[in-house]
Amino acid sequence: MTNNPIMAAAVSILALSLGLGVAPAMAAKMDATIGMQLEPPNLDPTGGAAAAIDEVVYANVFEGLTRFGADGSILPALAESWEISDDGLTYTFNLREGVKFHDGSDFNADDVKFSLDRARADDSTNAQKALFADIASVDVVDPATVKVTLSKPNGSFLFNTAWGDAVIVAPETAADNAAKPVGTGPFSFGEWVKGDRVDLVRNPDYWGEAVRLDKVTFKFISDPTAAFAAMMAGDLDAFPVFPAPENLVQFEADPRFSVIIGSTEGETILAMNNKKAPLDNIKVRQAITHAIDRQAIIDGAMFGYGTPIGTHFAPHNPAYVDLTAQSAYDPEQAKALLAEAGVSDLTLTLKLPPPSYARRGGEIIAAQLREVGIATEITNVEWAQWLEDVFKAKNFDLTIVSHTEPMDIGIYGREDYYFQYGDADFKAIMADLANATDPAKRTELMQAAQKKIADDYVNGYLFQLARTGVADAKLKGLWPNSPTQANDMTGVYWEE
Amino acid sequence: MTAYLLRRFLSLSLSLVAASLVIFLVMEVVPGDPASFMMGINADPAAVVALRTQLGLDDPLPLRYLSWVAGLLQGDFGVSYTYRVPVSELISERVAISLPLTLYALALSTLIAFPAGILAAAKRNSAADVSVMGATQLGVAIPNFWFAMILVLVFAINLRWFSAGGFPGWEAGFWPAIKALTLPAIALALPQASILARVMRSSLIDTLDEDFMRTARAKGLSRGQALRRHALRNALIPVLTIIGLQFSFLLAGGIIIENVFYLPGLGRLVFQAITQRDLIVVRSVVILLVFAVIVVTFLVDLAYAAADPRLRRRRA
Repeated sequence: MTNNPIMAAAVSILALSLGLGVAPAMAAKMDATIGMQLEPPNLDPTGGAAAAIDEVVYANVFEGLTRFGADGSILPALAESWEISDDGLTYTFNLREGVKFHDGSDFNADDVKFSLDRARADDSTNAQKALFADIASVDVVDPATVKVTLSKPNGSFLFNTAWGDAVIVAPETAADNAAKPVGTGPFSFGEWVKGDRVDLVRNPDYWGEAVRLDKVTFKFISDPTAAFAAMMAGDLDAFPVFPAPENLVQFEADPRFSVIIGSTEGETILAMNNKKAPLDNIKVRQAITHAIDRQAIIDGAMFGYGTPIGTHFAPHNPAYVDLTAQSAYDPEQAKALLAEAGVSDLTLTLKLPPPSYARRGGEIIAAQLREVGIATEITNVEWAQWLEDVFKAKNFDLTIVSHTEPMDIGIYGREDYYFQYGDADFKAIMADLANATDPAKRTELMQAAQKKIADDYVNGYLFQLARTGVADAKLKGLWPNSPTQANDMTGVYWEE
Repeated sequence: MTAYLLRRFLSLSLSLVAASLVIFLVMEVVPGDPASFMMGINADPAAVVALRTQLGLDDPLPLRYLSWVAGLLQGDFGVSYTYRVPVSELISERVAISLPLTLYALALSTLIAFPAGILAAAKRNSAADVSVMGATQLGVAIPNFWFAMILVLVFAINLRWFSAGGFPGWEAGFWPAIKALTLPAIALALPQASILARVMRSSLIDTLDEDFMRTARAKGLSRGQALRRHALRNALIPVLTIIGLQFSFLLAGGIIIENVFYLPGLGRLVFQAITQRDLIVVRSVVILLVFAVIVVTFLVDLAYAAADPRLRRRRA
């Protein structure tokens, strides 16, 4: 780099004029600075859908009755244990005692009742209101016991209470959580410098195992190049969802860093408008799926990171069925199917939102579709525009998007959801699933649901988004996977 | 002078009213609903509707415009949709970074450009002139974001003298804050300095050819004395215009640099607000920038008058 004479000159001039020294060595570190690409719009997980909210506060500041473990399992949290009635309608939660909110007030059954009732209220702005739809009533038995009665059995109820949208808040502070979150977690809210960072500090009165960091700073760096520079310069200790997979090789080669590859709940799909001709013809949709070479997209757009999928389900889920063969790359079959459908000279719109999986993946898919005789008109749109035009107005043929909520196959039962499937048989499977509590039966139904949408070629299933993280090699305890969108810092520490 | 000031004030107010209307209407036709952006693609439709009502997005258009303008007049910029805090608070936090950065860059640019431009003009066609002109040619041609990345690469990643970006806040002390602004200011200043130096040089050369300069020399002043006493002052007018333009450009246009150095400045606030459809923030910042540009233009006009007595007399 300094072989370049102009650079060398510039460097020496600047060096002389600034004359600044090297930063002093650090003492034993008790804090961690974590990079995130997006800043949360607010810090209330019960009042918005932005993943960035949970990425800051989930398990750190706020806790629910249950919680997700690093492997996606459901663990007790504020509820120490629970009993489920034989008919599956009543859940009695035994709450932990001696738990305090960060403002010093006691946590008890009234807070649980308040939180659940608030989330399911008519005027609730909880983005995942549907999680609470089956609750008929919430009753306080005594300060340490809450009884939740459901209107019908719901096998996912304990899963639902683990979501960030279901955390327990206090009536006195709930309204201010957007700017000043008050929870029961091991970290309390410190400071939020808008556009820059959020600081969390250790909660000395935490009920559970004490955390090993005094302070965690989440720093928001949207530009991938800047994110790379910040890691390299040592300004950040970790970037759990690093935005530029192309730089990972460089981090891997550097002993200062460790690269952590895991899986996410993000199914990346080529969504198709199922009600718009000629995509309302299953043969055309099937042809499109056979025209796609998933591995080429993973290699070309994601630098090899990602797991091919054949249906809308996370491969790490025990109920996952590998259906990739059903829509294997076969351009000849794709051409034959198009001929069978009587479609020729097809031109489809392909609307691409900002993430690189969509922009880069879209270019590759366009080339692959061209091979089988389908032309595409690519339009790059920003998120707000995508939401308006594609998601709301359904004004599209094809689009690429990652669905990152855990276990979200239920969206296929929504009649007016943007890809417009809403098949009656599928809805029946979902209804049975909601009523089933027996694990074997649930697995069977989840697999039937996966097969149904694969058989109907609702969308092109591309790959499960990988979680590509970079961290200081001495920082341990970060989540490798994202069973939910979170940066759980409770087990993070510096290795001596 | 009073009549002049009054006239200027009136036209300033009219510009602001027109600008507010245009800004408001443009924001309304931009597709994208703030509420659905906030709630995401898995959200319950009922929750989105509830949020729209809560944000007042369902009120009729004229009512929303009038309540916005009425608020502005009282210094109330409204409440951000996404952050849910007063917009004025957001803006003042950001101005506390963008304004010092702009002034820092402007100072650096002037400090580099003046001597360079004067030297080049005084020693016209010499080796010094040629090297200054060559360097400024390069400075104009290099995009400042690229230059910014090079600065980060050299001084943050390789030498580790600076952070790669970010801002510790003024409460961290004057020097740490200034240190954090130094690389961005240099990245912003160099292209500006190049332009300014070239303008300074050509303006000075034009002045040096004027009759009054010959007279000054005939009175026995040396070349340097004549340049300092008579030419500089006259050559300043075009330079002031450029500085005025650069101020507005830097204040609003630092956005790319703010992204490279992830500085939470005004530019980044607008950028983020646009992508998040936080329309109330976008509107307020843009109207504020329009206001800043108008005020700066006015100040530059006053500076002309100070630099050139003839302009002062004509207007009085």
